[in-house]
Amino acid sequence: MNIAAATNENIAEISNYLIYSAMAVYTLAFLAHIAEWVFGSRSKVARTAAALGGSRTSGDQAGARSGARDDAADSAGASAPAVTVRRAGSTTVLERPKVVTRSSAGRRGELPDGPGAAGGDEQGDLYGRIAISLTVLAFGLHAAGVLTRALSVQRAPWANMYEFSTTFSMVAVGAYFAFLIARKNVRWIGLPLVTTVLLDLGLATTVLYTESDQLVPALHSYWLWIHVSLAIVCGALFYLGMVSTVLYLFRDRYETKLLDGGRPGGFATSVLERLPSALSLDKFAYRINAAVFPFWTFTIVAGAIWAGDAWGRYWGWDPKEVWSFITWIAYACYLHARATAGWKGRKAAYLALFAFACFLFNYYGVNIFFNGKHSYGGV
Amino acid sequence: MSEETPSGAAPADRRGGTVTAEAERELGDAMSQLSTAPAEDDGRSAAGRGSFGGARRPGAGGALAWTGRETLGWTRWFWRQLTSMRVALILLFLLSLAAIPGSVIPQSAVDAVQVREFKERHELLAPLYEKLQLFDVYTSVWFSAIYILLFVSLAGCIVPRSWQFVGQLRARPPRAPRRLDRMPAYTTWRTDAPPEEVLRDARTVLGRKRFRVHAEDAAVASEKGYLREAGNLLFHIALIVLLLAFAAGQLFKAEGGKLVIVGDGFSNTLTQYDDFSSGSLFSPADLDAFGFRLDGFDATFEKSGPNKGSVRTAEADVTWWKGAEGTERKSTIRVNHPLEVGNSKVYLLANGYAPVVTVRDGQGDIAYRGPVAFLPQDGNLTSSGVIKVTDYRDAEGKRDQLGFRGFFVPTFGGSGAGTMFSQSPELEYPVLFLTAYHGDLGLDAGIPQNVYQLDTDNMKQFTDEDGGPFAQKILPGESMKLPDGAGTLTFDGVKRWANFQIAHQVGNGWALAGALAAIAGLAGSLFIQRRRVWVRAARDAGGLTVVEMAGLGRSDSPRLPEELGDLAADLQRTADPVDTAGDGGDTGTGDAPGGAGESGPAAGGDPTRAGGTTASGEPDTDTAADTDAAPDAGTATGPEKADAERGAGQLSRGEAE
Ligand code: HEM
Repeated sequence: MNIAAATNENIAEISNYLIYSAMAVYTLAFLAHIAEWVFGSRSKVARTAAALGGSRTSGDQAGARSGARDDAADSAGASAPAVTVRRAGSTTVLERPKVVTRSSAGRRGELPDGPGAAGGDEQGDLYGRIAISLTVLAFGLHAAGVLTRALSVQRAPWANMYEFSTTFSMVAVGAYFAFLIARKNVRWIGLPLVTTVLLDLGLATTVLYTESDQLVPALHSYWLWIHVSLAIVCGALFYLGMVSTVLYLFRDRYETKLLDGGRPGGFATSVLERLPSALSLDKFAYRINAAVFPFWTFTIVAGAIWAGDAWGRYWGWDPKEVWSFITWIAYACYLHARATAGWKGRKAAYLALFAFACFLFNYYGVNIFFNGKHSYGGV
Repeated sequence: MSEETPSGAAPADRRGGTVTAEAERELGDAMSQLSTAPAEDDGRSAAGRGSFGGARRPGAGGALAWTGRETLGWTRWFWRQLTSMRVALILLFLLSLAAIPGSVIPQSAVDAVQVREFKERHELLAPLYEKLQLFDVYTSVWFSAIYILLFVSLAGCIVPRSWQFVGQLRARPPRAPRRLDRMPAYTTWRTDAPPEEVLRDARTVLGRKRFRVHAEDAAVASEKGYLREAGNLLFHIALIVLLLAFAAGQLFKAEGGKLVIVGDGFSNTLTQYDDFSSGSLFSPADLDAFGFRLDGFDATFEKSGPNKGSVRTAEADVTWWKGAEGTERKSTIRVNHPLEVGNSKVYLLANGYAPVVTVRDGQGDIAYRGPVAFLPQDGNLTSSGVIKVTDYRDAEGKRDQLGFRGFFVPTFGGSGAGTMFSQSPELEYPVLFLTAYHGDLGLDAGIPQNVYQLDTDNMKQFTDEDGGPFAQKILPGESMKLPDGAGTLTFDGVKRWANFQIAHQVGNGWALAGALAAIAGLAGSLFIQRRRVWVRAARDAGGLTVVEMAGLGRSDSPRLPEELGDLAADLQRTADPVDTAGDGGDTGTGDAPGGAGESGPAAGGDPTRAGGTTASGEPDTDTAADTDAAPDAGTATGPEKADAERGAGQLSRGEAE
């Protein structure tokens, strides 16, 4: 038995080293991202202002927003038809029908997405790619760290706050890669993501660290897998939505200023110009939050079922339950706001931030400040 | 956000105002009834808001009529407010805020002990909190008010929405807008196939994709994704079911605890419980008839590490039966695995030790024999308890009563350890420390007494030779001799006990069903897009058929253009695109010059292959494509205008997705 314990401790040790290494590599990725942003600031394309100035880009591909044109003659006059003739020749290309789209978002719909952190700068782009490669490497170490931790305790690594936190940031980075692989425009999230992952891991390895250990019986259930893993996944995705919402708020103010004919400051222009348009950021945040909401609902229901088995009641207003409920209501509130006139846009965004704050508080605050049935989180 | 800036005002738009207004209206028309969300009422529309009663005629009759109209008006106004999205939103937000205090301040329903301690510590605040019902947040008047209002609002919202939805299901999809190119997704091409054929094929293609199709003269209107609305309604209805189930559960619940020593049994009647509490509508007759016997109990503990001594597994083996004496069945109750009988669940909560003792009185007769449960005081199961002996005679044969009080430790640290506390929860070195009293136990007064406490007010402690209190440490098999031949207590052995919570719950099934339905509804509501597709085909001046397709969703959906492209590709299998004037498969650049004059079979190349679809934003609007040549918005007349306005009223352009 002691031999087994010794190997477990060894594995736990290895897990710790892996997490530290991941942090080191994340730090390098962080620096590379900074370099990307710095080099990117050399490009001085004020695309947003240009779009508002009337010289509309005419190269939009099918599926992309191509501005709201309202009149045939007008539109034809504004951008001379640049028609290239392509003969299919002998190759049998089955052309997909081209679909013209127009946004219902008015002038806002015309604003193009920014070029990304590198801003078209070659060196910046290089650093950006380096940053992503480093993040991939760090993610590998990070995932290995979580896996070895699981091996050392021979269960799902989700029983205390150290384990929650390491898994949480791992899932967030994983989701980021999933979006990248699906060719979504998410490279802009790189820097904020790596920054928070570093903070999260730093917190986990110092304040929240707990020796690897077995579970108390109340945690022994397959609901652990369902409930806790879902909670972690939801949290990581809500987090990405939150980043997008925050950036939306900045970018929205910037665009509003431009639309009103104002001139935003140089730094704001340089940074915000490279982000996607407010519309895109807002949509990204909404899609994530809306898609995660049913899963969050299921997380709570699964928790209630588990509580029913473990404690004899499915709902008992334990602090953790209360805050899950508050978080759920807050996200429902956000979704409602999106469908209510006068609440769309910024107000809804503030609600989304409130909702995520509730989630975070549920994650950390409740374990630290309150003494409920869920408090075996171990701080 | 999309509503804050007027739509589509292109800077270089010369005829901006009119065209935009018309485009808006047309879009509104096309979007009408795309959801059942209540019309957005920002409060301004309640015109005047003052008198609903109109003119007040003199006399009592007039006053009565006026008051009636006024009351009705205000009630209506209030109801409309309550069932508006805005108020639902505010109530939801209030609910989330109102739930917070309950997590900060101890709740009597969750932990009464903490509440008592809190009250002792905060003498000033406690009465105020009490008044504000802050110790019972979730049953407080104000919390209830918020959620009841919310659910009234919900019901008031769902009922009309459901009717409206049924109406939408029975109605046909709205007719094609005159200018399809103003829709969010649009495509067009020319073909040799005659318009009737194209439209017929369009119906087939759309029908195959399970669109609901309606044919018009020169167009096909179709709609899909009704499940979104159905899901949304299901979700909200499920919330009501969930709430009712929860309420029923609270009102009819009953819960009690029972400590059972291995070998003993329990039958589910009120008198058998150690403690019992129930909801306000519960009646004892609701208790399920069953019973069980604890055959054995087994627990293992962490042997090392920082959590040394904490429970790893705990299992209670029971034999249980239904009714008074149903067939016996065996089962194991564990944490997370309650025993379920009917509406009742038996949970394993705690466990501990019960020393088995034999007490002989001053005459040498057995006054008491059996196990006595001691209650754990710490993680290592240092337990305290009392033994009460009522049927006792002293050395002289006089009737008296005996009481013992003391500790039991499963693993004694040894005399040199300097501590009486148990070193481990495991039964390794069991020791009993007792002191003894005689006198009146206070049981005869008929007042119920805690079996784990000794009321020594009317009792006298035995003393040893020095006059100090008499106390002794005994090991299993050993006896303790009371002074002056008052009797003996023999420590025969140790049994285990387990504490069970028996919960009588109703509505759990409903709650679960409601929750699952809510999730299913949500998935439908959030993942399904409701969208419309129109196809129009008309002959142009050159004898070719211009096919136009447009798609519209509740919001800018990324999948809609893709889907429209797929549908168009499907349709092009039979309605081959024909190259027009060699401007075929352009690279997707903005606007192709369309025009009746230029159309015709392609010059050179395979017309069906090279002839791409034109990525034309605005083809032929003024000529062939638009058969009922567009009147300016300002001059839109008659039914058309009314139509547009009605459409705009029902327009709910959802989120900017
Ligand atoms: C118990 C409180 C409620 C909760 C938790 C809740 C939750 C939700 C959620 C999560 C959605 C999002 C679905 C979507 O975006 O399509 C939604 C949509 C909706 N809710 Fe509620 N709701 C509640 C009460 C109400 C009430 C009282 C009303 C009536 C005014 C209402 C009317 C609506 C409508 C009309 C939609 C659809 C919005 C749309 O289609 O864009 N809800 N609700």
